[in-house]
Amino acid sequence: MSTRTRLLVCVAVLGALHLCVACAGFFAPYDPAAQDREHPYAPPARLHFVDAQGGLHLRPFFYAQMLRAGSFDIYEEDRTKATPVTFFVSGAPYTVLGVLPLRTHLFGGGDTPVYLLGTDGYGRDQFSRVLFGGQVSLLAGLIGAGLTLSIGLCVGAAAGFWGGWKDEALMRVAELFLALPWIYLLFAVRAFLPLAVPPLKAFLLVVAVIGAVGWARPARMVRGIVLSAKERDFVRAARGFGAPGGYLLRRHILPETAGVLLTQAAILVPQFVLAEMTLSFLGLGVPEPMPSWGNLLASLQHYNVLVSYWWMYLPALAMVPFFLGYLALASLLQGSAVEYKIEGASSGV
Amino acid sequence: MVRSGRIGAPVAAGLAAIVAAILGCALVVHPAASFPTQANAKEEFLRVAGESGRPGGRIVVALRSEPKTLNPLIAVDGTTREVISAMQADLVHINRATQLTEPALAKLCKVSSDGLRYTLTLRQGLKFSDGHAVDIEDVLFTFRVYLDEAVHATQRDLLIVGGKPIAVRKVNAQTVVFTLAKPYGVGERLFDGLMILPRHLLETAYKEGKLAQAGALGTPANQWAGLGAFRLKEYVAGQRLVLERNPYYWKTDEQGRRLPYLDEIVFLFVPSADAQVLRFQSGETDMISRLGAENFSVLSRQARDYTMADAGPGLEYNFLFFNLNDLGEKAPAEMARKQRWFRSEKFRQAVSAAIDREAIVRLVYQGRGAALWGPVTPGNAGWVNARIAHAGRSVDKSRELLAQADFRLMSGENGEPRLVDPDGKPVEFSIITSSSNADRMKMAELIQDDLKQLGMRVQVVPLELRSLIDRVTATKEYDACVLGIVSFDADPNSDLNVWLSNGGMHLWNPSQKRPATDWEAEIDRLMEQQLTATNTSQRKKVYDRVQEILVDHQPMIFLASPDILAGAKKSIGNFHPTVLEPYVLWNVEQLYQRNGAENARR
Repeated sequence: MSTRTRLLVCVAVLGALHLCVACAGFFAPYDPAAQDREHPYAPPARLHFVDAQGGLHLRPFFYAQMLRAGSFDIYEEDRTKATPVTFFVSGAPYTVLGVLPLRTHLFGGGDTPVYLLGTDGYGRDQFSRVLFGGQVSLLAGLIGAGLTLSIGLCVGAAAGFWGGWKDEALMRVAELFLALPWIYLLFAVRAFLPLAVPPLKAFLLVVAVIGAVGWARPARMVRGIVLSAKERDFVRAARGFGAPGGYLLRRHILPETAGVLLTQAAILVPQFVLAEMTLSFLGLGVPEPMPSWGNLLASLQHYNVLVSYWWMYLPALAMVPFFLGYLALASLLQGSAVEYKIEGASSGV
Repeated sequence: MVRSGRIGAPVAAGLAAIVAAILGCALVVHPAASFPTQANAKEEFLRVAGESGRPGGRIVVALRSEPKTLNPLIAVDGTTREVISAMQADLVHINRATQLTEPALAKLCKVSSDGLRYTLTLRQGLKFSDGHAVDIEDVLFTFRVYLDEAVHATQRDLLIVGGKPIAVRKVNAQTVVFTLAKPYGVGERLFDGLMILPRHLLETAYKEGKLAQAGALGTPANQWAGLGAFRLKEYVAGQRLVLERNPYYWKTDEQGRRLPYLDEIVFLFVPSADAQVLRFQSGETDMISRLGAENFSVLSRQARDYTMADAGPGLEYNFLFFNLNDLGEKAPAEMARKQRWFRSEKFRQAVSAAIDREAIVRLVYQGRGAALWGPVTPGNAGWVNARIAHAGRSVDKSRELLAQADFRLMSGENGEPRLVDPDGKPVEFSIITSSSNADRMKMAELIQDDLKQLGMRVQVVPLELRSLIDRVTATKEYDACVLGIVSFDADPNSDLNVWLSNGGMHLWNPSQKRPATDWEAEIDRLMEQQLTATNTSQRKKVYDRVQEILVDHQPMIFLASPDILAGAKKSIGNFHPTVLEPYVLWNVEQLYQRNGAENARR
């Protein structure tokens, strides 16, 4: 399989995963904040195809989970009544991409709740929370990476292109940011904000902080490329013909940074998703009841959850395909950039 | 209007205890002892009932923090007080199991008919843990020190009754008389926790004004003594505190054998609840208390070689309250608007009616707790007002109350209900709670969801506890708060500082110069009345009325009370947790290792 084909497959898989998260309302059977107080810490529902009498069902079904008498977190299946999974059911209202209001969900269990990944201590559906939580974490990663690369590109290009004291000053500032303990910076920023920060503001704060402190490394890489590119023959020739600095940057130099920027983006997105998760895990991210992958894992800080409810680990698995996808993409982008350069160099000769 | 002198007495001590309780410090433990010596005929022992144990062995218990001192005069936090309670003794003691007073160092306590004079007779043959004999001068010295303003003893306010210090007079070599300016409702409970100090060790420091420096944790074992079951053996900073059996202890078991049974008690400093559970599971510690319901379930399910005990609802009550402080004209407009809601009784009653207390008990305490509609928990059966209605959750009633207060329900985004005030502003506020207390965090989030159904938008803000206390009692920068208080005694006076309008722990509007409302003035009057009433049934009647006023006006919306949960290895004898602190170590002198010799080798 050629690099290009592999790249396309990788992008398609990542696109599909992101689509699932973007349309979380459709794929998730329930409102992620809805509490089912009769089912705290319910284990994942078991889907069956064969009933107690040995009959085969083409449509999967499940049994209702009932708390064992006298227990508050031990469940038993009520085998007297099988509930088939129904598709395209009407349920809690949601909006797709924040614009399209809908009520149709991919699947549901009718009057009997079906919790594919179990529930948390409030009886909230983990599956729905993982999907909706991905919206926060992935968006934070994507916007953060975009912000970082934009700042990095501007600073790196300016430093590399103009050189001299401007280069020195910008690079020293970049080094300062590299040394900055960003988690403490976030604590400090949080201390200056009002007591109750609305979820959107908290989200933007997280994005701003992780985006603003991560630009130094891409800036240094962009600077290196710009320093090299501005001495290339075609740039010198253009300058010789009287091309202004802005034109040189836009037309000849910045396009040279595209490969690095794309590769950096593919590396930075999972890094920033992880950063958002860290912040939410520590309680500095989006507030409850809004889910994010970080605060879904926060309950694992408690020993009893660690040892009693294994399905609380599942949100950690959800991010694995995303991270693998992004890292594979970065690897392929890097490979294709090298391939392109070698091909370019050969054809030049 | 409440006079500071009269009420001031128990107030500060109450404050100290309550703050310590809120801070969640705590744990304590006990004993150690070697070969119980037989009773000496010249000594007047206190014979205690209960299962006879076997001497020897040690127990290991975890503390969440190091005690700050061994000096009872400056002990404030729960951990420190619990360690000290194993090393010191008082004249009259509250039995944590029966919640009644019983003789301790004083073999007799007579109260005059007018309730103003308490005559206490000391046991004969008492000795401090260093072997030094106790005499009446030690008692006089102790109370002189407690009452000396320059010492700043935490117990001093307890000894100011009717605005005047209690007068202490020696009658003879064994007897002392305490004279009060006014009758005191708590009676001889007053003497509980007032540890008798060793004059021979502390008099010099007292004269030099250095008493507060005495009893530091690094004090050599031979320079510190008490009348408790154990005495200091070793302290390793950051790791452990080891106490050994006091060979001069003044209690015996039913067979006349001198207590305590244990040779040693080791306190390990283990800062987190989860780490304590792990140490207990691994067998590193012998007992565990202050367990959360979820950890209790984990340990119960494993059913290894330990006994898990649910002592029933304790004296901790958790509640939601709103900021009802008078913030003056400087208050931001938004806060002033919110306070107009909070001051509306119908608003508070609506919030109360919308809260699903049963769900709190089920989801937060896994059923190991009790829903609360008033300030007194079912664990305090003697003082709870049985007439207070236990109304179930009713969203309809809440909506009706809000409508009566001119709040309107609108339809918001996604068709969700949205509550607006009479000015058309949305009802949105935040609830602060302690980030270190997972139970209260969970309660706040359940309340958030309950109130969402009324159209209120609530945000839960976890704060570090000290920051939270500072906001509530000093800066007053908050909307609402979920907090809990652990009463240190079943008697209503233990919470005096919470109910009096001039109390520092009158959380919704602390330290008022004058009662802000008529009902707060009435509570002040009633609390003062019960304070001086010497008839228990009369006090109960008065305190019942206080509870009713609190429920009617809802300055605090009471939520739930957790059970006292504890565990111990099956090898520990006389393990009987109680709902009063120290939960598992109250009978430290009677605890014993069933396999003492084997245990001693650990």
